[in-house]
Amino acid sequence: MSIAAPVRDERTRGEPHKDEEILTVRNLSKHFEVTGGFLGGRRGVVKAVDDVSFSIRRGETLGLVGESGCGKTTTGRCVLQLEKATSGSILFEGKDLAAATPSELRTVRRKMQVIFQDPYSSLNPRMTVGQMIAEPLAVHGIVPERSARDARVKELLGHAGLPAAMARRYPHELSGGQRQRVGIARALAMEPSLIVCDEPVSALDVSIQAQIINLLEELQTGFGLTYLFVAHDLSVVRHISDRVAVMYLGKIVELTDRQSLYESPQHPYTKALLSAVPIPDPAVELTRERTVLGGEVPSPLNPPSGCVFHPRCPVAIDECKAGVPELRTVAPGHLVACIRV
Amino acid sequence: MEQGGDLLLDVKNLQTQFATSGGVVRAVDGVSWDVRAGETVALVGESGCGKSVSALSIMRLVAAPAGRILDGQILFKGRDLLRLSEDDMRHIRGREIGMIFQEPMTSLNPVLTVGRQLTEPSEIHLGMSPTQSRARAVELLGMVSISDPERRLQQYPHQFSGGMRQRMMIAMAMACSPALILADEPTTALDVTIQAQILELMKGLSRKMGVAMVMITHNLGVVARYADRVNVMYAGRIVERGTAAEIYANPRHPYTLGLLRSVPRLDEPRRAKLLPIQGQPPDLSRLPPGCAFQPRCQYAVERCLREAPALESVSPGHVSACWVSAELGQKVTT
Repeated sequence: MSIAAPVRDERTRGEPHKDEEILTVRNLSKHFEVTGGFLGGRRGVVKAVDDVSFSIRRGETLGLVGESGCGKTTTGRCVLQLEKATSGSILFEGKDLAAATPSELRTVRRKMQVIFQDPYSSLNPRMTVGQMIAEPLAVHGIVPERSARDARVKELLGHAGLPAAMARRYPHELSGGQRQRVGIARALAMEPSLIVCDEPVSALDVSIQAQIINLLEELQTGFGLTYLFVAHDLSVVRHISDRVAVMYLGKIVELTDRQSLYESPQHPYTKALLSAVPIPDPAVELTRERTVLGGEVPSPLNPPSGCVFHPRCPVAIDECKAGVPELRTVAPGHLVACIRV
Repeated sequence: MEQGGDLLLDVKNLQTQFATSGGVVRAVDGVSWDVRAGETVALVGESGCGKSVSALSIMRLVAAPAGRILDGQILFKGRDLLRLSEDDMRHIRGREIGMIFQEPMTSLNPVLTVGRQLTEPSEIHLGMSPTQSRARAVELLGMVSISDPERRLQQYPHQFSGGMRQRMMIAMAMACSPALILADEPTTALDVTIQAQILELMKGLSRKMGVAMVMITHNLGVVARYADRVNVMYAGRIVERGTAAEIYANPRHPYTLGLLRSVPRLDEPRRAKLLPIQGQPPDLSRLPPGCAFQPRCQYAVERCLREAPALESVSPGHVSACWVSAELGQKVTT
């Protein structure tokens, strides 16, 4: 059980090994066949994720941002093995998941957990909070004895900032923020090393979002967790991420550390995204320059030729229609897929 | 106060309640606010604060029998909408006051063409002939930057993208050149680049046509960019009101202050930690005595437990409902 050495207490936890890659995704693609229409024939292929590569170091948070349909959630689901990748490889703690045996995958699934956007639809309405957190502990044989399990449930609730009495409540009795805390407690139950957070705060009220973000950060430090943080809110992603990947129509268009991305964005799409976020301060907004992108995200069934962003790009030239730009290094650790950079 | 226009909408002591299995919910609890001609007024707050119900009350669209407008006046151009007959009210909706909802797909009719839905308001309210209303529909689609309007008019809402559906909603709301548009979270369901397009479009149209706008949103950034005046709502009441510039620069209610502090800002250095508002949003059927925000308020004093504060002036055009708003002003500036 050396791979799955459980971390039961933050006190026993050493400093995370910052340089070790916990997750390496290479040339990941996930294509969905679209069928239907009059004769139920094949209408085409949606390249939801198209040749995406990135890695996450232990203890780090990688933000994955983009607008709806850009493939950020599908990327997360492929990492979690909830979707079978069409091609490419995913290495988790050094193990190629495509080559893993079913029992190895079972271990991997414990070590990789997920927190969903809508905690209500991911909680069972007929189970109490305590039962929901205890179930995986029993199923995976992590805490086989019942009394120890109850104690562990209480401890986990405490980690998520909930009182122990919450164990007897049902999901409908909880507020949105409390439900999200239950989802977090349940993810922690498996003593994971990587958590995929899929829009964990976007369904919550503004005043509650900050509570959950702070909690996620505290848990990361306490348990040495690694996060793949999938979200569309650029302000939130900036706050929580060490590095950020920007996706557009299934591709990563820019990938770099937080500071470079927000202070010197290179890809025209990243620049437009950042400029579209309104700042909660009228004095700032008055003087702020804005690039409002024209058009909309094209249909992934029929993506544009060459660079998929060229029809909306303010700096596109003829060459952009011809070739798909490669994600290349423009500065140390700063990757951009644009020939105009 | 910057806007010198005439009073267009004057909501006075509006009370809207819902009877639920858990008891009576005072969704809007004695709220007064106004809109002058041509200005953009925001109602800001989190889910359940009463901002949407305020808009529905103005349109008299609160779902009966559970929902009921108990008391108050809604003076629109001097006439109390709450006293109009249902027939007269129909001439107000769409003709005088337009409405844009959050999720356009649920407020558009899926089995009618875009053209049919866009021509209907001008035929019903303005008595246009089919040819006239069709020309008007083409003009409206052009106004909201939907290209190829002739072809688009024959399509159905499902053939439109989310952003285009919201443009169509705006076109429908503008069809009869109303004096006021109520926009309930008009861009919440949209991606950020599309949100920017739609908001710029709405602001541009409102300036060009002189339409006043009530913008209902939880997004403080959107408010900062587009609103002239802001009403901050909490638990069915307005807790602070002022010009956008004043509210953001000099918030005088702990809730407003908490909201502004809790969001990470792209233009500021990244903070090590966010400063959330503690606690949970209130349960409207079980509000505490005294100030509804008091259980979550870091500045609460003994008096807050017993007495609910009323809106008091803190500076010209700026009101706040808080017992410690004066001290708060000093705390924030120092």
